[in-house]
Amino acid sequence: ANAGTLKFTKSPLSTKGEELTSLKDVTGYNNFYEFGTDKSDPAAYAGAMKTRPWTVEISGEVRKPVTLDIEDILKIAPIEERIYRHRCVEAWSMVVPWNGFSLSALINRVEPTSKAKFVEFTSLADSKTMPGLLLPYLDWPYREGLRMDEAMHPLTTLVVGLYGETLKNQNGAPLRLVVPWKYGFKGAKSIVRIRFLERQPATAWNTANPSEFGFYSNVNPEVDHPRWTQAKERRIGDFFRRPTLMFNGYGEQVASLYRGMDLKTFF
Amino acid sequence: MTEKNRRILWLAVFIGCMLPAADLLRRLFTGDLGADPVETLIRATGDWTIKLLVAGLLLTPLTRILRNPLPVRFRRMIGLYAFFYVCIHLTLYLAVDQGLDIHAIVKDVLKRPYITFGMMAFLLLVPLAITSTRKMVARLGPKRWRQLHRAVYVAASFGAVHYYLLVKLDITWPLIYGAILTTALGWRMWQAMPLHKTLRAGA
Repeated sequence: ANAGTLKFTKSPLSTKGEELTSLKDVTGYNNFYEFGTDKSDPAAYAGAMKTRPWTVEISGEVRKPVTLDIEDILKIAPIEERIYRHRCVEAWSMVVPWNGFSLSALINRVEPTSKAKFVEFTSLADSKTMPGLLLPYLDWPYREGLRMDEAMHPLTTLVVGLYGETLKNQNGAPLRLVVPWKYGFKGAKSIVRIRFLERQPATAWNTANPSEFGFYSNVNPEVDHPRWTQAKERRIGDFFRRPTLMFNGYGEQVASLYRGMDLKTFF
Repeated sequence: MTEKNRRILWLAVFIGCMLPAADLLRRLFTGDLGADPVETLIRATGDWTIKLLVAGLLLTPLTRILRNPLPVRFRRMIGLYAFFYVCIHLTLYLAVDQGLDIHAIVKDVLKRPYITFGMMAFLLLVPLAITSTRKMVARLGPKRWRQLHRAVYVAASFGAVHYYLLVKLDITWPLIYGAILTTALGWRMWQAMPLHKTLRAGA
């Protein structure tokens, strides 16, 4: 029902020289705990989620709070194809040709006040269509957050599709976030609210286990997860592991955001 | 049960325990192991190891409760199958997941508690597998052999801890295995207690 073709241009921000992960794997191997903890659960169960009509409430420390219809969001900026590496905190990775535009385009429209220091993203929590909500793994609804400068970074992408088609439900339809230098869970799926805050928001995984999942969660091969190593990853489709790159290989673009910060403390 | 039926049952259990491995092999060659075949294989073989260990530990209580010697006859086969699956599990971890990088493996074993527990569980199972033959029972003497093979409770517990420590949030299955193990061990300890023996003798 939601497989529409998107018109897009190729983004200069795309990662070059990487082989794309197959559409089958990108849409069949997902973590979306609202539909279950197995990676095949989202593809099996997310079809029940209704993605039309869909509105996103944009509120908090902004001059122009607004509730936008997804159709209007699609017109905020030209849709681009952005090929990014996608690194899961579980030490596997993919390369995905996302379709979307920089989150900054939306942020500029609502004019954050000087008090806006953080952005919080809230995902849909609909117990009728999301069996995973019954289990108390995370403090639902799923929430994620970014510092304002991270949110404004051109690489931070509001995603509406992949491989030139509108997002499938299991990938976070109709609107999700992708922050390519951070672990995948920072990219909230099926977003219903974007809130601008003065203080750092409580986020789902960080709340569930603060010693293991940091607020920043930048991909960092030198800071291991307490229970497994982050030094290497298995690219989906490969047999053996490859070294993980600092900031997932986007250090040139984003390292300056964290200048002077101890990344072992602010992991 | 007649000798013939017993043989048929033995063969059925033997083939039944082989089926998961055969199915994984089939899925490997038909490309049906999902997006991350290595992960699927490691998870599945680990899963069958703990399932068989737990099942094996239930056979003795079952024999006593049912007052039927049949279940306990499958103890060695089930135990050896658990060892078979753990060998594949470990080989995949060492050779594929870690690419036989000795330095990385040593670091992993020392630094990551779930790997440490998994490795200890495996090491405990090795002498049990080696001494699983009738000859070895005779050589060790039944009493010492029984004492040695109590280590399977420790190995299975380490296996459950290994599992518990590696999941991100959903600890349902590790807890189920842990509960079964605790019950089985509790039952065996209660059976071994003088009070229980006195009560049974009195009755």
